[in-house]
Amino acid sequence: MPETKPVLMQGNEACALGAINAGVRFYAGYPITPSTEVAEQMAARLPEIGGVFIQMEDEIASMAAVIGASIGGMRTLTATSGPGFSLKQENLGYAIMAEIPCVVVNVQRMGPSTGVPTAPAQGDVMQARWGTHGDHPIIVFTPASVYESYYLTIAAVNLSQKLRQPVIVLLDEVIGHMREKVTIPEGKLMVEKSSDKVPSDWKPYDEKGLTPLVPFGFGHYYHVTGLFHDQYGFPTGDPPQVERALDRLHNKLEKYRDEIVLTNYIGHKEPRVAIVTYGCTVRSARAVVKKAYWQNRLPVGLLSLQTVWPFPAKEIEALAKQADVIIVPEMNMGQLVGEVERYARGEAKVVPLNRYDGEMISPDQISEEVGRWL
Amino acid sequence: MGNRQEILLTGAGGQGLILASIVMAAAAVDDNKNVVQTQSYGPEARGGASMSGVILDVDTIEYPKVTKPTVLLCMNQASFNKYLPKVGPDCIIIVDSTFVSGSYGEEYKVQSFPITSSAKEVLGKEVVANMLALGVLNAASGLIDREIFRESIFKFAPRGSGELNQKAFDLGYSLYEKGAGQKNGVSAQTPQ
Repeated sequence: MPETKPVLMQGNEACALGAINAGVRFYAGYPITPSTEVAEQMAARLPEIGGVFIQMEDEIASMAAVIGASIGGMRTLTATSGPGFSLKQENLGYAIMAEIPCVVVNVQRMGPSTGVPTAPAQGDVMQARWGTHGDHPIIVFTPASVYESYYLTIAAVNLSQKLRQPVIVLLDEVIGHMREKVTIPEGKLMVEKSSDKVPSDWKPYDEKGLTPLVPFGFGHYYHVTGLFHDQYGFPTGDPPQVERALDRLHNKLEKYRDEIVLTNYIGHKEPRVAIVTYGCTVRSARAVVKKAYWQNRLPVGLLSLQTVWPFPAKEIEALAKQADVIIVPEMNMGQLVGEVERYARGEAKVVPLNRYDGEMISPDQISEEVGRWL
Repeated sequence: MGNRQEILLTGAGGQGLILASIVMAAAAVDDNKNVVQTQSYGPEARGGASMSGVILDVDTIEYPKVTKPTVLLCMNQASFNKYLPKVGPDCIIIVDSTFVSGSYGEEYKVQSFPITSSAKEVLGKEVVANMLALGVLNAASGLIDREIFRESIFKFAPRGSGELNQKAFDLGYSLYEKGAGQKNGVSAQTPQ
C-alpha cells in the first residue's frame, strides 16, 4: 500500500477532484460565487487529462452542454450557486425525464435572488427537491466536510451513471470555501462504463427497468425528448404508458434506496433529545453531541444526513420512536423540518432551530436549545 | 478540548493575510495537526478589512469558525480596534507597529513589532511582510515546527521567491527574539 499523505484542501477543490477521480471529463459552467473554485479547478485540471472545460454564456447553456456531452458518452459536471441553479432548472428537468446522467453542484449562498453572494445559507433544500416542475425524482447529497465533498461527489457521479439520473451535490459556502486536512486515498477508482454491458435487445427506455445509456455513435439510434415517451424514446400521450413511465423514473430510485440514502448517527443509544441536520450545520451539532454525550453522558444524539433527497424517512421514523424531541437546526427559515415532522408522525416533538442572517448556527445556539428539552 | 488553538489574522485586503493563513494551515497539516482554515470573502478582499482564521487541534475540529482567538495578528489600525475587544486576556496579540499605534487596556498582552517596515528596510520588499508576520507569530506562539513551517513557505511562494520568503520568516523570528516594544518601533502602548 502506498502511503497516503494528508493534504490541505478546500471543499470546492475536493468536489472537483472527486469528480475527476470518478471519471468526469467534461465541465461546462458559468462561474458564480461561492462555487467558482470548482470551475477553476476543472479548468486547470481537465485539459491536462484530455478532458474538456467550457465556460458557457450562462447557466442555461451550461446545463444544456452538460446534457449533450452526457449523451455523447462523457461523465459530466457543472457547478453553480443559487441564482445559477434557478436557471439550470428547466434543463435539469429535461435530463431527469430523458434519463441523462449528470451531476450538478450547487454551493448554496444567502438568497433569495442575488442575496448575499459571500454569505452561507441552506436555503436551496426545497429548490433542490422541487426546483424543476412535475413529479420528478431527484438525488441530493449534502456534504459536511471537505472529505465528504470529495466522496459524495464520487458517489454522485457513479449513481448518476448507474441510474441514469441527475444528482445534485448541495454544498454550502462554509464547506465549499473552508480548507481542512484531508487524506485522499491513493490508487485508481474503478470507473465502469455502463455501455460495456449492453444487452442485444437494448431499448433506450426499457419498460423492464434500468438500462445503460448507450452514447450516440455507438451503434444504436434512438430518440431523446422531454415529452413522455415509449421505450424507444418516441413521444406518447397514452395514459397507461405515461403512468408507467413516471413510475419507472421513481422506482429506480426506490430500488436502490439503500445505496442512495446515506445518514450517520452518533450519540446516545436511546436519546431523549435528538438533532437532525445536514451540511455545515452538522459540524456545530457534532460539537454539541461531543460535549453533551461523550463528555457528560447526556441522552443526546445526532442524525446527520448526507442525503436529503430522497428523504431518509425510515431513519426519521426510527429516531422518532426513540427520542422525545427532535431539533432540526437549519440555516434557513425552516425547510427540511417539515419533512422531519411528517415522518416523525407525532411520535416525537419536532422543534425547528433556524438562522438566516448569513452566519453559521453556532454550537452554543444548538446547545441552548438542547438544554431546554433535557 | 483544551487543545483548540484559534489564530486570527487581520488587516487590510492586499496585505497577503489570506495566503498567510493558507501557508500556516498547510504547515500545520505537515506538522500532523488537525486544521481548518477559513476566510472572509467579498469586497473585503479588494482593499477593505481582511480576516482569516486558522484552527489547530489534536482532536477533530467540528465548528470551523474562530470564536475565541488564542492568537491575534493585527496588521492595521482598523483591525486592531475591531478585534482587540473580542479577545480574552490570555490571547497572544501581535501588532504591526508600522500601522498600529494608540493606547489600549492594560489587561491585554499586546506585543508590537515593526513588521512591514522591517520587510521594506531589511529585505527591500514590503510584499513579504505577511511571511515576516508569520515568523513573529510562530516565534511567539510556538504552534508549528519552525522547519516544517519554512518548507511550507517555500512551497507556496511564487517561483524564485522561496528563499526571500523564508528569509522574511526568519527575520520575524529575530524580531521576536529582540523583544517587542519601544526599541523596535513605535510602541502601541504610547498614546498618540
